[in-house]
Amino acid sequence: MSPPAIELIAISKRFGPVQANKDVSLSIAAGSIHGIVGENGAGKSTLMSILYGFYEADSGEIRVAGRPLRIRRPADAITAGIGMVHQHFMLVEPLSVVENVVLGAEGGKLLKGGIARARAELARLSRDYGLAIDPDAIVGDLSVGFQQRVEILKALYRGAEILILDEPTAVLTPSEADQLFALLRSLKAQGKTVILITHKLREIMDVTDTVSVMRRGAMVAHVETARTSPPELAEAMVGRRVLLRVEKTPHPRGAPVLEAAGLSFRDERGCEKLSDVSLTLHAGEIVGIAGVAGNGQSELLEVLAGLLQPSRGLIRLDGEILDAGDRTPANLRELGLMHIPEDRHRMGLVTAFPAAENSILGYHDDPTFGPGPFLSPARIAAHALAGMTAYDVRPADPSLKAAKFSGGNQQKIVLAREIERAPKVLLVGQPTRGVDIGAIEFIHRRLIALRDAGVAILLVSVELEEVMALSDRILAMCGGRITGERAAEATDERDLGLLMAGVNQEAA
Amino acid sequence: MDWLTTIAVILDSTIRLSIPLLCAALAGLWSERSGVVDIGLEGKMLVAAFASAVAAFVTGSAWAGLGAGILASVLLSLVHGFAAITWRGNQIVSGVAINMLAAGVTVVLGNAWYGQGGRTPPLEGAARFGDLTLPFARAMREHVPVLGLLYDEVISGHGAPVYLAILAVPITAFVLKRTRFGLRLRAVGENPAAVDTAGISVAGLRYGAVVICGVLCGLGGTYLAVSQSAGFLPQMTAGKGFIALAAVIFANWRPWPALGACQLFGLLDAIAIRLQGVLLPGIGQVPVQAIQALPYLLTVILLAGFIGKAVPPKASGLPYVKER
Amino acid sequence: MSATPIDLPRWADAGLVPLVSVTAALLVAGLVVLGIGESPLEATALLLKGALGSVEGLGFTLYYTTNFIFTGLAVAVAFHAGLFNIGGEGQATIAGIFLALACLWLAPLPGILLVPLAILAGAAGGALYGFIPGWLQATRGSHVVITTIMFNFLAATLSVYLLVNVMGKPGSMQAETPEFAGHAVLTPMHQLLAPLGIKLPATPLNTAFLLALAALVAIWALIYRSRLGYAIRTVGANPRAAAYAGISPARMTIVAMALSGALAGGLAVNEAMGVQHRLLIDFTAGYGFVGIAVGLMGRGHPIGVALSAFLFGVLYQGGAELSFDKPTITRDMVVVIGGVVILFAGALDGLFRKLVANTLQLGRAA
Repeated sequence: MSPPAIELIAISKRFGPVQANKDVSLSIAAGSIHGIVGENGAGKSTLMSILYGFYEADSGEIRVAGRPLRIRRPADAITAGIGMVHQHFMLVEPLSVVENVVLGAEGGKLLKGGIARARAELARLSRDYGLAIDPDAIVGDLSVGFQQRVEILKALYRGAEILILDEPTAVLTPSEADQLFALLRSLKAQGKTVILITHKLREIMDVTDTVSVMRRGAMVAHVETARTSPPELAEAMVGRRVLLRVEKTPHPRGAPVLEAAGLSFRDERGCEKLSDVSLTLHAGEIVGIAGVAGNGQSELLEVLAGLLQPSRGLIRLDGEILDAGDRTPANLRELGLMHIPEDRHRMGLVTAFPAAENSILGYHDDPTFGPGPFLSPARIAAHALAGMTAYDVRPADPSLKAAKFSGGNQQKIVLAREIERAPKVLLVGQPTRGVDIGAIEFIHRRLIALRDAGVAILLVSVELEEVMALSDRILAMCGGRITGERAAEATDERDLGLLMAGVNQEAA
Repeated sequence: MDWLTTIAVILDSTIRLSIPLLCAALAGLWSERSGVVDIGLEGKMLVAAFASAVAAFVTGSAWAGLGAGILASVLLSLVHGFAAITWRGNQIVSGVAINMLAAGVTVVLGNAWYGQGGRTPPLEGAARFGDLTLPFARAMREHVPVLGLLYDEVISGHGAPVYLAILAVPITAFVLKRTRFGLRLRAVGENPAAVDTAGISVAGLRYGAVVICGVLCGLGGTYLAVSQSAGFLPQMTAGKGFIALAAVIFANWRPWPALGACQLFGLLDAIAIRLQGVLLPGIGQVPVQAIQALPYLLTVILLAGFIGKAVPPKASGLPYVKER
Repeated sequence: MSATPIDLPRWADAGLVPLVSVTAALLVAGLVVLGIGESPLEATALLLKGALGSVEGLGFTLYYTTNFIFTGLAVAVAFHAGLFNIGGEGQATIAGIFLALACLWLAPLPGILLVPLAILAGAAGGALYGFIPGWLQATRGSHVVITTIMFNFLAATLSVYLLVNVMGKPGSMQAETPEFAGHAVLTPMHQLLAPLGIKLPATPLNTAFLLALAALVAIWALIYRSRLGYAIRTVGANPRAAAYAGISPARMTIVAMALSGALAGGLAVNEAMGVQHRLLIDFTAGYGFVGIAVGLMGRGHPIGVALSAFLFGVLYQGGAELSFDKPTITRDMVVVIGGVVILFAGALDGLFRKLVANTLQLGRAA
């Protein structure tokens, strides 16, 4: 028996207070396709980054083909025959395919020889793997699927025996994904080892030989793909957790407040991030969106909040259709639609400003904050202090820069600002990301209280647990579509995990 | 044949006027292709002009002047690199600083050393680059009609820096297109992360480009003081480093088009000088300022996307911070 | 801007870091003085005496300070919106043309109307010339830095053309306008204060200085106390948060650039209406560029701008006196200092913050 292509033994890595990998061990047989699944933040990417030399592990050992190896930088990994296809391609768009392939492995001061060799090698690889590609095409002109091929060719050209692909299908259309899988199978047939990181169970079932499941930085399962099933994997991914206890009494829902019909959104690259999404929010209910990050939830929030313009679809607020001109953030606020953005550092706060100035972000035109065109620091500070006290922000010092507060306290500053405005509709993104336990409880209680007071709340969170604990209804999203709707009490993690993975229950 | 002589004279001065632009434009091209924006071309040329004039005066050798000019310019380049690459400072701010520093320090030192308001003493003989007469220039002028005159008047009869600067165009094009260094340099200005993950030093490449930028500015400055003029005058670069920036934008960061853009701007300048105070029948006096303003005006229009589109290297101006 | 933000206490951030970088810049200047064979200590003494040692010297110092307050504020306002306006020279030039036209064309008006109108015309000219690059960046994506560089040259050629061919004083060898009417100019300080029994020597210091002080207060109120200033600062600090808050980054870019240009126009007010009483070619004389140093060193805050404008005023006036006493040290020394200040306080900010942070750490450990 040949030794395993890769062995990871007791790898641990800590970033500040976060234990990204704990005591992770993994062994991957040469010539196999191995899948690693897990929720966002489960530690998959960190583990692969350690293997590729982006980080060094705090402890643990890496063996490649049986030999212990220290991988300190990507160059070490390349030498050891490890190649990586990053989720964000490491390509130089204005250069040609062959130039991208030889970059860093030119084999001489002049390009001529290296380019000629690369051409020959590309022709051979094309033949062997059915990877047809024009070596002189400009990479920036290629489709995303072809760009990914260039990434794979780059790794193969450097003699990679082990190929790591990080969420390779996130940017691909289904048919491109199928072509990729065909390629991975032919790589395997040539004796290469493939590591596939994904959260899509269908891909795991389709293409892998063995699969590992990670949860919260630890490796929780190793199985042969043939001996498992999507439900089993989904359960291992999310785990049987102690449910968050949020005191929640049934509450009659009111009239529809926010309705969206057939919303689609294309990003500037023309990629459809939202497809035909329809939903209705009623007064006094929390609708949760369950989904793995990057499946259109962010775009949904931003379209509803007026930050992105949909390419198709209608939005009604209180039964009135909102024109594009009405859907400005300022106007929506006026109409009672408030938004707690997913990323408080990049959007919800100006971290360089003191807490006081952050407490009026989006409301700086409110006449109560000062006479005429002026703002009164005293009034703003008083307003901020009231909010900070009500939301138990510590320290309750309005003059402190937002950057200096802990994550939980920053989030409470945002919450206080938006909730104290008596919203009709509240859009909430990742309310407890990077927030300590105490603050999580506090934030959850507030959201429930708000719902009991008749506010319509849309909750987007990658924490399935949180979605389940807070929501009255849950919509699952995958690939920019709503893949299912469940009443909160009529579903469980396994069920939702499948919807989130885009596995159609009826078909399965 | 009077009009032919006029054309030849204008073309000749076009070349002379375009050389500092060309050097600075190629310099800017190198720097920006690597991702380091440099609005300090002007300052580097000025310092090079001063240093070369001083060295040429002291040693009596124009070539020593060239060496000193290049050295001074490269030193300033390294200051820019230190701020922009090592300390990830604002590249525009650094460029502005270098321009001011150069404008001040040349006059201060020049005045302290020679007491002529910042000028350096006039250069004579071997302290200046003499005009080289290319082979057969005289013979061709006498025997070949039109082309012979143009060859003798326009192509032949310039100082060595002119030919070096023009030679720098094919060399730049070759290195960028056909060498490992050039490939990596083009890559680092577009996507430094790709270069980094391929195991190549981003900072190393960028320092390399910045030094080449210094060498070329050194050549341009030396040409001004030791070839075109016979000594240093305060602020003698007179905005040429900025027109060169415009030329780089016009050329879309490519060497041969940069040559073209510089020739065009040089021609405009030559025509403007020629038309100074001239009354044209039917038009009257031509406002030469309108012609002088053209390069700047065209650049603004180009940048606004009204004619074509200038696409700078994607990573230019951005310090590289390793992610993940 | 800096890639590795280093956390410093506010007093160190706002006071110590600029102080350290300016000190370092002055040391570099001292080395240059040493290098040309003069004594830096003697030079410093002469410089300080020339700038502050007499009422007359102080008058000149404050006259220069006036210019730097305007150009420094111009840079500071743009900085708050995350923009780098290096077009102060051009904006002041166009402001000068507008202002001169007002002074010449509206001369029949009484002074009480003419002077404010001319000042407004200057501000409008500067604002227009800042507005265009701002508009081009906001709507066409052309970078303000490159556009304002080009605009500086365009303004310079335009003013040459106008002063030589259109607005020039007939028969003058210099490119300049005819002299403004006596009631179209600003009152010199020594005349203004004479009725109060305060006798001052004649200096170029004029009421534009009061205007500059008013501008400091107004810009402070605008930036830190107004809704518009809040919007401008939000765009500068976090454009995504601004969009989230319903503030248009494009609109604030345009507004900040126009405001910045109007402030740069103050330079024309002081020079043309206050001192020369006509428009001279190249009256901007690099004040716009020094304004970058002033704005950077002042950390964009009007108090900081006032202090650094005064520092550069001292350097300019003291430098002039110094070059009188020591012909080897020309006033261009000040330009050197300006350049080094921009380098240290601007581009190498990260280095100096680190130095200060390490020093503070040492202090704490000891």
